[in-house]
Amino acid sequence: MSTNVDTIRDLAEREYKWGFISNIEEDRVPKGLNEETIRLISAKKQEPEFMLEWRLKAYRHWMSLEASQAEPKWANVKYPPINYQDIAYYSAPKQKPKLESMEQVDPELLRTYEKLGIPLQEQKLFAGVAVDAVFDSVSVATTFKGKLAEMGIIFCSFSEAVRNHPELVQKYLGSVVPYTDNFFATLNSAVFTDGSFVYVPKGVRCPLELSTYFRINAAETGQFERTLIVADEGASVSYLEGCTAPIRDENQLHAAVVELVALDNAQIKYSTVQNWYPGDKQGKGGIYNFVTKRGSCRGVNSKISWTQVETGSAITWKYPSCILQGDNSVGEFYSVALTNNYQQADTGTKMIHLGKNTRSTIVSKGISAGHGQNTYRGQVKILKGATGARNYTQCDSLLIGDKCGAHTFPYIDVRNASARMEHEASTSKIGEDQMFYLRQRGLTAEDAVSMIVNGFCKRVFRELPMEFAVEAQKLLSVSLEGSVG
Amino acid sequence: MSLLEIKDLKVRVDNHDILKGINLTVNPGEVHSIMGPNGSGKSTLAQVLARREAYAVTGGEVLFNGKDLLAMKPEEAACEGIFLAFQYPVEIPGIGNAYFLRSALNAVRKYHGQDEMDAMDFLPLFREKLKLLDMDEKLMNRSVNEGFSGGEKKRNEILQMAVLQPRLAILDETDSGLDIDALKIVSKGVNAMRSPDRAMIVVTHYQRLLNEIVPDFVHVLANGRIVKSGGPELALELEEKGYAEIEDTRQPMPA
Ligand SMILES: Nc1ncnc2c1ncn2[C@@H]1O[C@H](COP(=O)(O)OP(=O)(O)OP(=O)(O)O)[C@@H](O)[C@H]1O
Ligand SMILES: [Mg+2]
Repeated sequence: MSTNVDTIRDLAEREYKWGFISNIEEDRVPKGLNEETIRLISAKKQEPEFMLEWRLKAYRHWMSLEASQAEPKWANVKYPPINYQDIAYYSAPKQKPKLESMEQVDPELLRTYEKLGIPLQEQKLFAGVAVDAVFDSVSVATTFKGKLAEMGIIFCSFSEAVRNHPELVQKYLGSVVPYTDNFFATLNSAVFTDGSFVYVPKGVRCPLELSTYFRINAAETGQFERTLIVADEGASVSYLEGCTAPIRDENQLHAAVVELVALDNAQIKYSTVQNWYPGDKQGKGGIYNFVTKRGSCRGVNSKISWTQVETGSAITWKYPSCILQGDNSVGEFYSVALTNNYQQADTGTKMIHLGKNTRSTIVSKGISAGHGQNTYRGQVKILKGATGARNYTQCDSLLIGDKCGAHTFPYIDVRNASARMEHEASTSKIGEDQMFYLRQRGLTAEDAVSMIVNGFCKRVFRELPMEFAVEAQKLLSVSLEGSVG
Repeated sequence: MSLLEIKDLKVRVDNHDILKGINLTVNPGEVHSIMGPNGSGKSTLAQVLARREAYAVTGGEVLFNGKDLLAMKPEEAACEGIFLAFQYPVEIPGIGNAYFLRSALNAVRKYHGQDEMDAMDFLPLFREKLKLLDMDEKLMNRSVNEGFSGGEKKRNEILQMAVLQPRLAILDETDSGLDIDALKIVSKGVNAMRSPDRAMIVVTHYQRLLNEIVPDFVHVLANGRIVKSGGPELALELEEKGYAEIEDTRQPMPA
């Protein structure tokens, strides 16, 4: 045991001694956004020419958007104007500003880590405290990667993919979310730092859940994350993003892009449990999370399924979507979004039906507590050629207390008369009689609320991989603490 | 020591005085029946004892096992051993019956410093009680009371009581909604729980329940007060004559 402790201390000191402090100066790009910044980022990442060109095109487009004040304002969220010239667009993984000790971390946040049962070393990592021993699952990750490589599956950081598999990146990057897509996606295309890349070859079913958790430990990602997942013909893969620990970050603005491509008969399941730091009880210091996530069911009989549990961020703006292009393709969206205190969330999905007999399912569960504002925004579009298309939408809101709000904006656009659409919606409040009933049987008020909430979310949790579902339940309970008297 | 001691309990709901000075003592092992006209305050009393916060206590004192019951939260009262079988059981969508019941049992066990029971340990106990109440296990995979028939809900209340093994069980019109056979089965379940250290308060309108669960005492609650108490024969008398006569006898009592 004591040798163990010694080793850790050893490592800690070694890292301190050879620390990265001297590197910081070198590897920091000055604040502000201009062509020079983009070139610098691309050069630091040793990117091939096509990548730089793409970034620059995106940058020029973004400049024109910024000049015409095209930052989207339609979402039902409020935030002070963002000064894009006051952001540092590149800092190498380890040079993120770090707190020196756990004493500098928001005690609330630490309490949450405790409740979620996160080991101390990981707590530090999430909270942005300098890690004092070599902590990552390198060995686990290595065996894991070996196994995948045998099957021809590529699972690596986006930067590695750009260097090692440029043909794949060039073929698929921007094919679902073009750099012109929207203000934040364009910004991301210009300055993205890193993210994940997955390619599953023809006919291969990936036997493991691919998780960013493994990868983040090896290479942290920044505020402009970029992910690309391609399932070739007949392939299938399940990908898990994020983790339940609230992640603190000095960068307030996060604008990620995720692109999924499913070819003939391929399936992609993308699950997110997202818990960015929501800010303190007044909502100060929380993350703004403006994400573009889209999947393309490009081949026949393909299927893309998004499942998300969102509890973090001060502001969330996020619409994982599916373009159902291949005949008989299937798109699914299962979402739980919780807002507490002063959090604001505007989330939903878009299902665009192009192919024949395409089907989509939307199940959205919004929970609002405290002063939280929760908006569901969903678009279902059935285009002319989509004969026999079907959509089922279920959209439920649960209110806890009377200072919070739930809003629903469904947009439905049907251009083929054979389409079948079903829509169900409900808004409910946790009743005093339900609370009393559960408490009369011995459950605390908090347990009673989390039980009711978990019941409300069941349909979505069922879609999550087992372990994730358990974590998600725990997370909801913790996030709801103090929301009942 | 008596298990429950209610002294001059007064309760107000929405600016109406509902309970106007209740006195009642219940000893371990006893079964008390409370009868009385609609709206007289029987359910109000039951809910106050279970610590429903919407009911404001404006006077009096209640000791449970020597402890100040009125200072307890509902979950504390529950863990201390008070169980209320609701007149109108509540539906809770999305929560499985079996899971809910195990969570409740574990909450009580935890309160008493006992180990929590996992699903495997719980199952045999649960099956035994299901059998006692002749209930279909299929019902238990459904959400708590959701879509249950009136009688199924009532039976489910007694199932919960059988699992939780309270010190004081308050049954609020458990017989209403039960068919003749179900009444017998439920009564059998309740009687099986009678024991020297457990007490029961049975709220009912009908003698047919008291034929099955024979009480030691019968009280008549009218207009917020206990106006008459007696043995099991009082219930028979009520069945014959109704409340009118008794309420008349109440008139001369001091206000
Ligand atoms: N929330 C409330 N607001 C106003 N009055 C209430 C409320 N709850 C109960 N009451 C009144 O209190 C009185 C007592 O009600 P309670 O339910 O205790 O009667 P009960 O004796 O159980 O009647 P029953 O035999 O019909 O079940 C009734 O007049 C009822 O209308
Ligand atoms: Mg009643």
